[in-house]
Amino acid sequence: MNEEIIIAGFGGQGVLSLGKILAYSGIMEDLEVSWFPSYGPEMRGGTANVTVILSNERISSPVLNVYDTAIVFNQQSLDKFEPKVKPGGLLLYDPNGITRHPERKDIDIYQIDATKEGAALGSTKVLNMVALGAYLKLKPIVKLENVHKGLLKSLPERHHHLIPLNEKAIGVGMEKVKLIHKAEHVNAK
Amino acid sequence: MAKSKVIPHHDVPLDQIIKPENIIFKKTKLFTDNVLSYCPGCGHGVAHRLILEVIEEMGIADKVIGIAPVGCSVLAYEFMDLDMQEAAHGRAPALATGIKRTNPDKFVFSYQGDGDLAAIGTAETIHAANRGENITVIFINNGIYGMTGGQMAPTTLEGMKTSTTPYGRDPRQMGHPIKITELVAQLPGTCYVTRQAVHTAALVRKAKKAIRRAFEYQKANKGLSFVEIVSNCNSGWKMTPVQAIKWLEENMLPYYPLGDLKDVGLD
Amino acid sequence: MGEILLMKGNEALAEAIIRAGVDGYFGYPITPQSEVMEYLAAAKPEERTGMVLLQAESELAAINMLYGAGATGKKAITSSSSPGISLMQEGISYIAGAEIPVVVVNVVRGGPGLGTIQPAQSDYFQATKGGGHGDYHLLVLAPNSVQEMSDFVPLAFDLAFKYRNPVMILSDGLIGQMMEKVELFEPIPRWTDEYIREHHGNWATIGKTPDRERNIITSLDLVPERMEKHNMHLKEKYEQMEREEVRFEEIQTEDAEYLFVAYGSSSRIAMKAIKLARAEGIKVGLLRPITLYPFPKKRLRELADQVKGMLSVELSLGQMVEDVKLSVECRIPVEHYGRVGGMIPTPEEVVEALKTKIINR
Repeated sequence: MNEEIIIAGFGGQGVLSLGKILAYSGIMEDLEVSWFPSYGPEMRGGTANVTVILSNERISSPVLNVYDTAIVFNQQSLDKFEPKVKPGGLLLYDPNGITRHPERKDIDIYQIDATKEGAALGSTKVLNMVALGAYLKLKPIVKLENVHKGLLKSLPERHHHLIPLNEKAIGVGMEKVKLIHKAEHVNAK
Repeated sequence: MAKSKVIPHHDVPLDQIIKPENIIFKKTKLFTDNVLSYCPGCGHGVAHRLILEVIEEMGIADKVIGIAPVGCSVLAYEFMDLDMQEAAHGRAPALATGIKRTNPDKFVFSYQGDGDLAAIGTAETIHAANRGENITVIFINNGIYGMTGGQMAPTTLEGMKTSTTPYGRDPRQMGHPIKITELVAQLPGTCYVTRQAVHTAALVRKAKKAIRRAFEYQKANKGLSFVEIVSNCNSGWKMTPVQAIKWLEENMLPYYPLGDLKDVGLD
Repeated sequence: MGEILLMKGNEALAEAIIRAGVDGYFGYPITPQSEVMEYLAAAKPEERTGMVLLQAESELAAINMLYGAGATGKKAITSSSSPGISLMQEGISYIAGAEIPVVVVNVVRGGPGLGTIQPAQSDYFQATKGGGHGDYHLLVLAPNSVQEMSDFVPLAFDLAFKYRNPVMILSDGLIGQMMEKVELFEPIPRWTDEYIREHHGNWATIGKTPDRERNIITSLDLVPERMEKHNMHLKEKYEQMEREEVRFEEIQTEDAEYLFVAYGSSSRIAMKAIKLARAEGIKVGLLRPITLYPFPKKRLRELADQVKGMLSVELSLGQMVEDVKLSVECRIPVEHYGRVGGMIPTPEEVVEALKTKIINR
């Protein structure tokens, strides 16, 4: 197993913490993990992205050019990373604010209305967990019990009371994820 | 010492002269046997001696770490029989901070000239003082760069001729002589800030008391203690020692008046 | 087995500093390594081990605080990034001259000048060839993972005290900012004053006792005969390092026809490039220098008899490649590929460079 993921959106959408929770869940699953963020001024209100790799083997480059999965939350990130999904790979996006939708035919495209579902849960802050649920529904690379452990590890204790809400959001994401397009010409790999 | 030695032009053997009953003044024990490299008439030797006497009298030599600067006293560690470090130009207060913070039970002093402390090392001086590092700073102010051959110092007086101000220091071009001791006294991290001199016997006694008080402050963990010693540089000033002392009294002391600037109290 | 955590390289470094029994951290904030001091401040090292943490007024002051503390036989460390390390060069030269064991961490960012806050490896020359004035070397360790950011801290202190020489951990913004699994080592107690007196009392300035000569820490000697002797003594240390401390890692070199030479973050990219290249049938391996000084010259010279060409992959315009060339003594083609200014080469680019610069040259 070697899963290379890019997660991208606006700063404040929980992009980096989604990556961190996924990485921690990977550790609980006894996988090798890496997490490399874009850092610097762009963190402050601009776009943010993080490359997360989960693997059975020692991880080589933490920085990549193409990805198995892209999880994107805004138009800029969609424009930037849609072309970087490997053929047969997965693109999961939040349609909120998207005017140009993905067009590739050789990848799986799914939507999750994470912003809207998060708001419905009473906190837009959990939109990233809605997206995580959607992703895990499509690629169950870590068990939910390990996601729980990952949440415990990556959230500071003062936020542990929010774990049930986060897990609820994951459940919503699993339920609401929607297929837009199934890849044609998938390489047999 | 060899018994046969005789002092030139005298017929009395040396061992007759150095009998204990004849001793009325001797080298401080904490001076090494190395010959001082300072010019005749320079205040450095006296200032060294006062520090060493205070350390000996306080019985703390095995707990002292001294720091020599860059300048004429760069080789101070050759003369002081103490564990010593030699700092880069101006950085002595940073060294002292590193030593004292990791060795709070030791006594740490820096010995710095005016170029070292008030020009290139101003930031280190001000910030060590502002943090209230428990160290003692001995600041020798002779208004000139002695070691490099008499260039302008930050403390060079207005109109004073040096090799880089051959027509006299013009404040419009070179700024004013800096009263760094007054600056340091402003900072809440300092406990004792004083200005002394060592060109008369009475002033030497006063200066020694001040240095002792500075080390006592360090012992009491009160913050940074700072002793300026206004001194002369007869070579750099191009004067005889006697002329230099006269010039110091008439020119340096009016601008750099002696006395305590701050003394928060030892209790 | 120690505790396993997900940490940034900078955080793992900071935790390792506390666990390594360090006596003092002195630093000044600069991106991309500010997490080090922030982590330390939050972790309350004064309570955990008694370690001193001090935010200095400048990098100039910080490195000189290391001078003072290190010269008393205490373990002192600082971390900074490229522009700050440049400011420290004066102090590092004095520390090397005065033979003070300290550890300096450089989380490199792109230059020259203020440059960028993004990762780079453009301080290789500065780290390995001296950096400040005078004839001297740092012993330079180059971590390529978060785990090594932790493990190299106690190693660096061992080496610093073994040689009474400054050791640099040369990382970069990528290793500093990325998170990986890290297994923390068991805390090493801080040395007691008795231990320091016993092991370092013959040189450290800890207060002169009547039973010994005074200890003097200085880089100054105005007598040329003595200063030359001191320089020759330093040279002997560097030669001993070259004999005893060369460290490197080899990946898939057994059957390699071509070789990547890369350290730190670019070695990670080269590892991925090996996978991509081998999938195309290109037999390429990697030699990763772990010590950049001393450099694994001998092993590279041996590999020059096996492979047809080497590509030095660096986040620079070509610095380490000079040492690779010196090592292989013109026996085979050696080329450089790098991106700079905070750009990071993709593994695909590296494979392409191998083809155009070496295989199809």
